[in-house]
Amino acid sequence: MLDHVKHVILVLSGKGGVGKSTVSTQLALTLKENGFKVGLLDVDLCGPSVPYLLNLEGKDVHQSSEGWVPIYTDSSKSLAVMSIGFLLKNRNDAVIWRGPKKTAMIRQFMTDVHWEDLDYLIIDTPPGTSDEHITVMECMREVKCDGAIIVTTPQEVALEDVRKEVTFCRKTNIPIIGIVENMSGFVCPNCRECTNIFSSGGGQSLAELIKAPLLGTLPIDPRVGVLAGTGKAVISEIPDCTTSTVFKEIVEKITK
Amino acid sequence: MSDNPENAPEHCPGTKSDDAGKASACAGCPNQQICSSGQPKGVDPGIELVKNRLVDVKNKLMILSGKGGVGKSSLTNLISRTFAHMNNNENFGVLDIDICGPSQPRMFGVIGEQVHQSGSGWSPVFIEDNLSLMSIGFLLDTPDDAIIWRGPKKNGMIRQFLSEVDWGTLDYLIIDSPPGTSDEHLSVSTYLSTSGGSWGAVLISTPQEVSLLDVRKQISFCKKMNIPIIGVIENMSSFVCPKCSTESKIFPSNSDVQNSTQIMCKEMNVEFLGSVPLDPRLTRCCDEGKNFVTECEDSTAVIALKQIVENIKKHFN
Repeated sequence: MLDHVKHVILVLSGKGGVGKSTVSTQLALTLKENGFKVGLLDVDLCGPSVPYLLNLEGKDVHQSSEGWVPIYTDSSKSLAVMSIGFLLKNRNDAVIWRGPKKTAMIRQFMTDVHWEDLDYLIIDTPPGTSDEHITVMECMREVKCDGAIIVTTPQEVALEDVRKEVTFCRKTNIPIIGIVENMSGFVCPNCRECTNIFSSGGGQSLAELIKAPLLGTLPIDPRVGVLAGTGKAVISEIPDCTTSTVFKEIVEKITK
Repeated sequence: MSDNPENAPEHCPGTKSDDAGKASACAGCPNQQICSSGQPKGVDPGIELVKNRLVDVKNKLMILSGKGGVGKSSLTNLISRTFAHMNNNENFGVLDIDICGPSQPRMFGVIGEQVHQSGSGWSPVFIEDNLSLMSIGFLLDTPDDAIIWRGPKKNGMIRQFLSEVDWGTLDYLIIDSPPGTSDEHLSVSTYLSTSGGSWGAVLISTPQEVSLLDVRKQISFCKKMNIPIIGVIENMSSFVCPKCSTESKIFPSNSDVQNSTQIMCKEMNVEFLGSVPLDPRLTRCCDEGKNFVTECEDSTAVIALKQIVENIKKHFN
């Protein structure tokens, strides 16, 4: 399983909609810009977002003698992507599966995709601590996993779910690389006033509580939001924004 | 296909087929054991139990969204509080079936409350005289405890919530759900569809395409499962700067498309119920468990909510 993959990084959060897929895709793109060969596996079966975010909707996965051939973002073939989104005929189609079938699909994703040689495989997950997560963790017993990046937003309500995910990582012996706080403040484009729409400081206090490093805090930046669906890297499009700086730092940290 | 049960998975080989219970599509089907055992098909005893328990519940309202973090729990909370506030002589119950990430105890300010068992079942926790809540959050020892369960165990818990909670007489049971289209959603909709009374689902979205994409999947799910769709609410639609009152679109829909949610509603042929703007006070109230509807009566979000509740009521009358 995943024999030619050097490093595996999970992107987790107990809470939905905090930016797991955005962080996963931007992390993959940043690693790619730094010259690494990267794979991105989307195990969110009921709500796959990666194909849309990377502007790869409608692409088809082909079967070769070696296994499923992932989708490449460009001809350089340095970012390979696999998601259930590529297997659906229509983007409105729902995947209405109970747990065991989801488990079987994820096992197939872990064993049957022909990634070729990868420096990093990033695994984007759905919210929660259930079937998908248990299956991925079981697979991680056979593969060396670098650890998990936990994404949160600053509200108490989100932190509560994220703490459950931390408990999950502890129980399954997955090291925590660090925490990323997303949507931490919004700077009004008119008057530069910063409003903490979703409260503030949550990532910092969680990092202290669980004794893990805070990798960075990402502000709400509509310019980054607009990049969703284009497949473009924040670090090359808007190199001077806070989001770019944070991703550069994260990549420096994990590639050290 | 006529002998397939209603809750059968997509490629069900049919209960009378030789492959019944053995085909790959059977993995995870709740009827797999019955099919593979060769015994004549029995009916899930839970269906009758749920039906008996919910006989005094007039209307059931499910809050769904394929996407996480769009405000299902916040809006469940706000809608039920608005309902309870506007209709003093009606009774409301909230059931939180998000097993892995229950948020309602915090949003209602009842963290640490205990659920009591009596002869007539589990007693829900009362928030107001006419508003009660049940959530798995009440059954955990500490907020850090993770529920690491696979599907079947979650389904068992949901069945227990539906069949063993002593709600009394309710005008509305409002159900908060986790994101996705999987075990929890299949279980709850199967039980509700057979329990009698009127029911329906309200879907929540945010304006970005990435969120609408998952909501489209949820609409397909509802249509497939014959869940009546009441309509779609757009949350976090805009933000007004408290200092200079400039309105910003925080979560931009695609480049220049305005009213992305309304367009999606038209395309999928479902009703649009209204938009709720972002208000930092709302987030704070949810975190602190305060009643936003009475604390910030002047907020445009509250005015929008009242209109949405009226729209939902119309569906049930």
